[in-house]
Amino acid sequence: MVKASTRNRNADKPGFAASFFYHLVLIVGAAFSVFPFYWMFVISTRDKSGAFHVPPLLTPSDQFVANFKRALEQSDFFHALGNSAIVSISVTASVLFFCTLAGYAFAKYQFRFKTPLFFFVIGTLFVPQQLGVLPTYVIMAKLQWIDTYKALIVPAMVNAFGIFWMRQYISSAVHTELIEAGRIDGCGHFRIFWNIAVPVITPAMATLGIFTFLNTWNDFFWPLVVLKNSEHFTIQIALQQLFTVRDGLDYGMIMSATFMATLPLLVVFLLFSRWFITGLTSGAVKS
Amino acid sequence: MERSIEAAAARPLKRPWMTENRRGQLTAYLFISPFFLLFAVFGLYPIIFTIYLSFFKWDALGPMTYVGMQNYKWVVEDPTFWISFGNTLLISAMGTVPQLIIALVLAVMLNSGLTRMKKGLRVLYFMPNITSIVAVTLVFSTFFGNHGMGNWLLNTLGFDDVAWNSGWWGVKIAIASMVIWRWTGYNAIIYLSGLQSIPTDLYEAARIDGASRSQQMAYITLPLLKPFILFTVLLSTIGSLQLFTEPYVFLGQSGTGSTRQEGITMVIYLYSEAFRNSFFGTAAATAVMLFLITILFSVVNMWVSNRLGGDTEGRG
Repeated sequence: MVKASTRNRNADKPGFAASFFYHLVLIVGAAFSVFPFYWMFVISTRDKSGAFHVPPLLTPSDQFVANFKRALEQSDFFHALGNSAIVSISVTASVLFFCTLAGYAFAKYQFRFKTPLFFFVIGTLFVPQQLGVLPTYVIMAKLQWIDTYKALIVPAMVNAFGIFWMRQYISSAVHTELIEAGRIDGCGHFRIFWNIAVPVITPAMATLGIFTFLNTWNDFFWPLVVLKNSEHFTIQIALQQLFTVRDGLDYGMIMSATFMATLPLLVVFLLFSRWFITGLTSGAVKS
Repeated sequence: MERSIEAAAARPLKRPWMTENRRGQLTAYLFISPFFLLFAVFGLYPIIFTIYLSFFKWDALGPMTYVGMQNYKWVVEDPTFWISFGNTLLISAMGTVPQLIIALVLAVMLNSGLTRMKKGLRVLYFMPNITSIVAVTLVFSTFFGNHGMGNWLLNTLGFDDVAWNSGWWGVKIAIASMVIWRWTGYNAIIYLSGLQSIPTDLYEAARIDGASRSQQMAYITLPLLKPFILFTVLLSTIGSLQLFTEPYVFLGQSGTGSTRQEGITMVIYLYSEAFRNSFFGTAAATAVMLFLITILFSVVNMWVSNRLGGDTEGRG
């Protein structure tokens, strides 16, 4: 950065050399970002030892189906994918509903202790998850929720970030006049929320939904703690299990499963990347 | 000023509005109650219980026996704890510092107006972040195998092999590079949005006053970017103190390898104390200490960046 800027110390606009240098760095950076995805695909189409070929193999071959068949023998791949989908969809739906509701109350209602309660919500963001993991495990054991999806879904049903995020958006996007008009027409509180506020704030809900889904889908620590039986494993645990095989690692098989598990996320991301990135940046700007 | 429902309702009207007001308050409490109920059960209670538990000896099944500070003493006297502590700090630093510097460089270049590929590049830079840590670790473990691409690259450049999955530094570099790969683009995009929020007339004024590009960087860009830098430093510090998945998966190949000393982190230590050894008391003590360290680091972070901020203002 310093190098590049001193180079053009007296220039108003950077010259051709700087432009070339900038593009070079940016493209190399992008190549670093993308290469592991490509490599994952290449290895998934090669035989067992493809990952350690010298020099490294950079073109796909035709072993993908064979590799993925072995992955299906080693794990309950599609079952795990289904489990992840059930958990992630339930959590996302619930987070969207409860966080929007609470964010709406914090943005548009006056009630006693509103400010301290909101600060309390923000404060909980700074508490690391691991601090409460042992008692939460004990609670799950008492409720006999160990090794069930309830243990994954219920604690995640509403979160502080979502409330904060929805409150920020609703404050500016939903006009109080609209709510008042609804009240004059005799709508109840929930109907105003559902029929007047929610339709206006779907962009913010889309972003929150995408992020919640991704985080739940990618979570590893808590599922590892509470899931015991392989038929309940989420896809992340199933992938990790493939990696613990003792008799020599079959990287073609592992990468084919990893590729199949990453592909859906990648497709969703490339289709909706606008929502991801605006969500990410405006979240950072506001906090 | 934003008007709210209550402000409208409080206008001097007829009496029934009062009950309507109370109704509104109750509705608001009802709307926010799910969070507080859930947090009480799965947030607050576990935290208090963790602190309580850290004074007891317990295997999660039998009766609890009060042992005072003994758990803390055990943890502090356990060399493995200190190894995990040192590893966590070292990997944090190795992962966070290059990550944020590279992110800043990329963001400044993206924002320079030189490239028309900004939108496309943003998407590519963000791609690593959507991948699950497990997937990242599995892919990177092929780079860092004994005959993997990492060593091939070193050999081509004329260096010797590095034992990426068993060497003391090798493991740390491998894990730090996974962290860097997954988070650099994320931070670059946050910095980019910060850079875009800086008004361009500031730069114009500086140019008229004869400020060079590096002076503009030092006196306009970095000070105005400070909140964003603070945000990312704080987030990545807290995140890296909780490092678990990368070393757990990377070193977990042979079943019990994840507690190996080259890569054990504080959360892995906590996890194995509780769920492998059934020492819930010492695990709770570890959790409390991890929390205190997190707070300490956040405070130090804020303090240092405030000091640095004061400095630039003083010079400018």
